[in-house]
Amino acid sequence: MARYLVRRLLGAVPLILGILTLIFFIMHLAPGDPTVRYFNPNVSPEVIEQMRRNLGLDQPIYVQYFRWMGSFLTGNFGYSFGQMRPISEILPQVMWNTIQLTLVSLVIIFVVGMLIGIVQAVRQYSVGDNVLTFLALFFYSMPGFWFALMLILIFSLKASEWGWPIQFPASQMTSVDYEFLSTWGKIQDRIMHLILPATALGIGSAAGVARYMRGSMLEVIRQDYIRTARAKGLSERKVVFKHALRNALLPIITLLGLTLPFLFGGAVLIETIFAWPGMGRLVVDAIYQRDYPLVMATSFIIAVMVILSNLVADVLYAVADPRIRTG
Amino acid sequence: MSRPLVSDALQPVSPAPAPAGVEGPGSPEDRPVARRATGTEIVACALLPGVIHLLRGRFALGASLLGGWVLLLALAVYRWDRIIGVFTARVLPIDGLVAVITLAALLLLICGGALYDIAVRAARPPRLKGDSQWAVAFRHFRRNRMAIAGLAVMVVLYAITLLTPLIAPFDPAAQGDIVATRYLSPSFQHLMGTDRFGRDVFSRVLYGARISLSIGFIAVGIGVTLGTMIGAVAGYFGGLVDSALMRFTDMMLSFPRLVLLIVVIALFEPTIYLVVVVLGLTGWMAVARIVRGEVLSLREREFVQAARALGMSDSRIIWRHIVPNTLAPVIVYATLGIGNTILIEAGLSFLGLGVQLPTPSWGNMISEGKDALITAWWIATFPGLAIVLTVIAFNLLGDGLRDALDPRLRT
Repeated sequence: MARYLVRRLLGAVPLILGILTLIFFIMHLAPGDPTVRYFNPNVSPEVIEQMRRNLGLDQPIYVQYFRWMGSFLTGNFGYSFGQMRPISEILPQVMWNTIQLTLVSLVIIFVVGMLIGIVQAVRQYSVGDNVLTFLALFFYSMPGFWFALMLILIFSLKASEWGWPIQFPASQMTSVDYEFLSTWGKIQDRIMHLILPATALGIGSAAGVARYMRGSMLEVIRQDYIRTARAKGLSERKVVFKHALRNALLPIITLLGLTLPFLFGGAVLIETIFAWPGMGRLVVDAIYQRDYPLVMATSFIIAVMVILSNLVADVLYAVADPRIRTG
Repeated sequence: MSRPLVSDALQPVSPAPAPAGVEGPGSPEDRPVARRATGTEIVACALLPGVIHLLRGRFALGASLLGGWVLLLALAVYRWDRIIGVFTARVLPIDGLVAVITLAALLLLICGGALYDIAVRAARPPRLKGDSQWAVAFRHFRRNRMAIAGLAVMVVLYAITLLTPLIAPFDPAAQGDIVATRYLSPSFQHLMGTDRFGRDVFSRVLYGARISLSIGFIAVGIGVTLGTMIGAVAGYFGGLVDSALMRFTDMMLSFPRLVLLIVVIALFEPTIYLVVVVLGLTGWMAVARIVRGEVLSLREREFVQAARALGMSDSRIIWRHIVPNTLAPVIVYATLGIGNTILIEAGLSFLGLGVQLPTPSWGNMISEGKDALITAWWIATFPGLAIVLTVIAFNLLGDGLRDALDPRLRT
């Protein structure tokens, strides 16, 4: 197991270097350089030239490349023009916000998706199965950001118009009066703020998981050992949740690795809509402000997070299925 | 689909022959209109295509032929002034011309297809030779009602895209009297209401379909071509080429596609061409992996060894013998990929990095509606529903194609 882990970790190193290279060249393909934002008649060409020298832009490209690689790998992400702060100061809080959001929606995705998939497989071809299949297709085909807007429209805006007992906040992570709430009130406030974005982010993937789970369960339920379990008089619940579910879970673990990049991508839109101060919104804001160092750093971190989560999924899979490790 | 290849004949896993009388050529399901048509029937069919099919018990086909015919004729009569307008305009409007040509072509197609079916195909003796892989797949596909529904929606959508200038009740950019016509809720005059500038949302949704559908189609085309090339080369040559290309694929897969897209698009000026190209350039990785996997097993097969023994060049073996055999999963992926690409394009336009205003696309319409969510819910809702409908159609079609083309799933 340890050897497998080390091998996988070492495999990720060239991947990260490659990603850095890719980001570097994408940025250098772009027209103009970071000093373009200062071009105006009041700034003399000498000053611009001085700035280019300070930023190292007058060096040959390979020197810039190695310098840049070196500073990124040592965790020095540079300085954000937009926020006028070192990037390494901005990132941790923002990363944590995104991780909260994605973790909660991951829980929603797998719990809801798997439960629906199991129900469908156990009652195959029933009315409920058909309805759920269609619903899953509907949510799977839906743009998450549009669903987010519809959620806001119904559960936040219209809910207060119609005077519903439960209304969800439409933006931000906390209410305005957050600082004055009791501890319990703070927790409640945060949960209320999480529900809509996490649902909007996860619903499409949950539908996908439900589809996979149904297929995987159906395959397992036809096996001989399930018939054996039933034959020896186990209750249906035990057969489904203990004997069938365990074996049907295996292919679902690989979905974890596929879902995470999708979630980080989807978070860009969902965070923008809900004004959630996370990585996705940071990238979009940085792009609107032409804050290239921040764009580079954030997209690099997102890519690293994807690689790490793929790694976690692979390791989980290896734990669940020992045949993988020897291969 | 593709002409028969030597490799098809040599391939060991040709589809198993069906038991006689069950689903072979000449079975009742395949040849329902078995009687030769009489003169009266041909005339009736030419006037109202589909009537004869209905009379002969093929309700679904007959109803859709008849429905399509009646709807298109009604459109032609109702919009006759616009059709005339296309030809009398001082500058020939290209999209108006395309719409008129499409209308004529569709009418001819429906009429001709119905006539061909009852008069020519029915009179032809049943084929005696075996079926190709594609014919077998088509038979399986036809039994899948959901997939047929998806196909029908897709055909209707593409027809609507081409016919938009004739269908749309208003000019998508016409603002009219802003004070009187802004934020009107849905009514018979404005089926989906009007937006902030008093523009008709229904017409804009129709024009947006054109952008979304063509972007999806072209971008997936680019991605699939690139992915097939990379996957085939990596799988066929193996070794260093393979590992270099596959590491590059892994690297591209590590970026969430949306993040990569917004970074690249934001660096340059977002134009519709850039969006299409970049969507294509970021959509090849999955195809490359699928094709590589198929090629790895295909290149050891006898027909490839035979081709090599005959002294064919590598490129000829790859393109003429290996790639055609990997097409089935690629087609399935492409169909599912169009739906996915439409979703991503909508997301980009929503962020303001895709199709630029005032050109309507479903994504930027939702983005416009976002600001008026409480006063005018219809602006954001209807383009979103249009996206859902389109993507569902592509997903149903893709699932149906997968079931039909994958012999392992066939039961």
